[in-house]
Amino acid sequence: MLDPGRYALVEDLGRPGYAHLGVAPSGALDQVSLRLANRLVGNAEDAAGIEALFGGLSVRFTAAATAAVTGPAVDVRIDSRPAGSHAPLAVRAGQTLTLGTPSAGLRCYLAVSGGIAVEPVLGSRSRDVLSGIGPSPLSRGDVLPLGTPGIPAGADVVVPVRAPGELVVPVTLGPRDDWFADPAGGLSAGWTVTAESNRVGLRLDGTPLRRAVDGELPSEGVVTGAIQVPPSGLPVVFLADHPTTGGYPVAAVVKTAALSALAQARPGTRIRFRPS
Amino acid sequence: MRWRRCGEDAALLDCDSPDQLRAAHATVLAARPPGVVDLVPGARSLLVVGGVAAVRALLEAADLTHPPAGEPREVTLDVRYDGQDLALIAADAGVSPEAVVSMHTEAGYTVAFTGFAPGFGYLTGLPAPLQQPRLETPRTRVPAGSVGIAGEFTGVYPRESPGGWRLLGHTSATLFDPHADPPALFAPGDRVRFRSVR
Repeated sequence: MLDPGRYALVEDLGRPGYAHLGVAPSGALDQVSLRLANRLVGNAEDAAGIEALFGGLSVRFTAAATAAVTGPAVDVRIDSRPAGSHAPLAVRAGQTLTLGTPSAGLRCYLAVSGGIAVEPVLGSRSRDVLSGIGPSPLSRGDVLPLGTPGIPAGADVVVPVRAPGELVVPVTLGPRDDWFADPAGGLSAGWTVTAESNRVGLRLDGTPLRRAVDGELPSEGVVTGAIQVPPSGLPVVFLADHPTTGGYPVAAVVKTAALSALAQARPGTRIRFRPS
Repeated sequence: MRWRRCGEDAALLDCDSPDQLRAAHATVLAARPPGVVDLVPGARSLLVVGGVAAVRALLEAADLTHPPAGEPREVTLDVRYDGQDLALIAADAGVSPEAVVSMHTEAGYTVAFTGFAPGFGYLTGLPAPLQQPRLETPRTRVPAGSVGIAGEFTGVYPRESPGGWRLLGHTSATLFDPHADPPALFAPGDRVRFRSVR
């Protein structure tokens, strides 16, 4: 690792199944992009890659490998030659692969043939930033082991992530929509992603949701995509490293297929929820 | 009992009483219907992630007044009762610090649910005089192993973290080790006792 850029983490598809012990599912926020990167280099889709916030990563290969960068379209160079994202790249031992900064979107994914083979923790190589489980954030000088390469798949549907300035996000109402006055209307109004967002959750600004029920909710289990509303009325959308139980009502849950788009929503992105 | 939708593949079961919740949890654990990814008790509810239809059918057919007996795991923790808030807790309970220790060690507890951090269990069974509010100003740093109380719960901090629970003492037990099997000392349904050591 020559330069981890802003913030780079090892992520695979996470460790679901431990929520009853207080352990979040974690894993790549934009799972569509990690799966694609893995397919491009011949890995199983659940192999571990690197999630690089705002790109900026630079790595030197000590062995020949196939690499692919996915997520938003981003400048990729091998040594100083432009190589392109969203395609399998043959990298020779001694060469350096460098990511630029995407002009839209947030998270780039680097997959390398064989996958990042650090020791799994609770069945996953993902870093959970809330609990500190899994490999530490990457830093300059880290040496990452690779697993056994597979066979690149060849043809694939290769589409860079579009990260528009305004997202319409499908949700299902509940489990606690009855705690709010006009939850569907309130959620459909415009929200703005704030800079306080991270892998735990997207914090939104907008017109606060109004409570229809006063009082405290007994703590209850929450899922990824839950739109939890604290007393401020400003929602938090829980992402992969979310707490496993919470004491504020969840007005709605984002549909699974829309989570990857949220992973690419920069601060300032406008969001409207579409309840169904 | 009432089911509430919680996204596309999960549902939340609101229970009428803690007994009904324990019975529903034990029933699903005993049968382990296919497709269930996570089963997360809360204070009054049970979150089912995956396999929702199978769990609903199972619980609709079950007699929750006679749940599967099961053998709850028993955990005993050795505690040094030297917490920073012992005097405050004793004063608010209107008893001596020694009596606080007796009350806390003589009661039996159940891990009702987890959360806050990996391995953190919310334990019910706290004697009424020890059901006290959180600190008005949370501490920025509570050491790992600290044993505290808050509201109807007692619990142990698995690792150093900020926290607002009143502290009774500390244990040297490891509450969470991701490389151990099982990784957490406490799981929902476990029975817990505390033993005073010097």
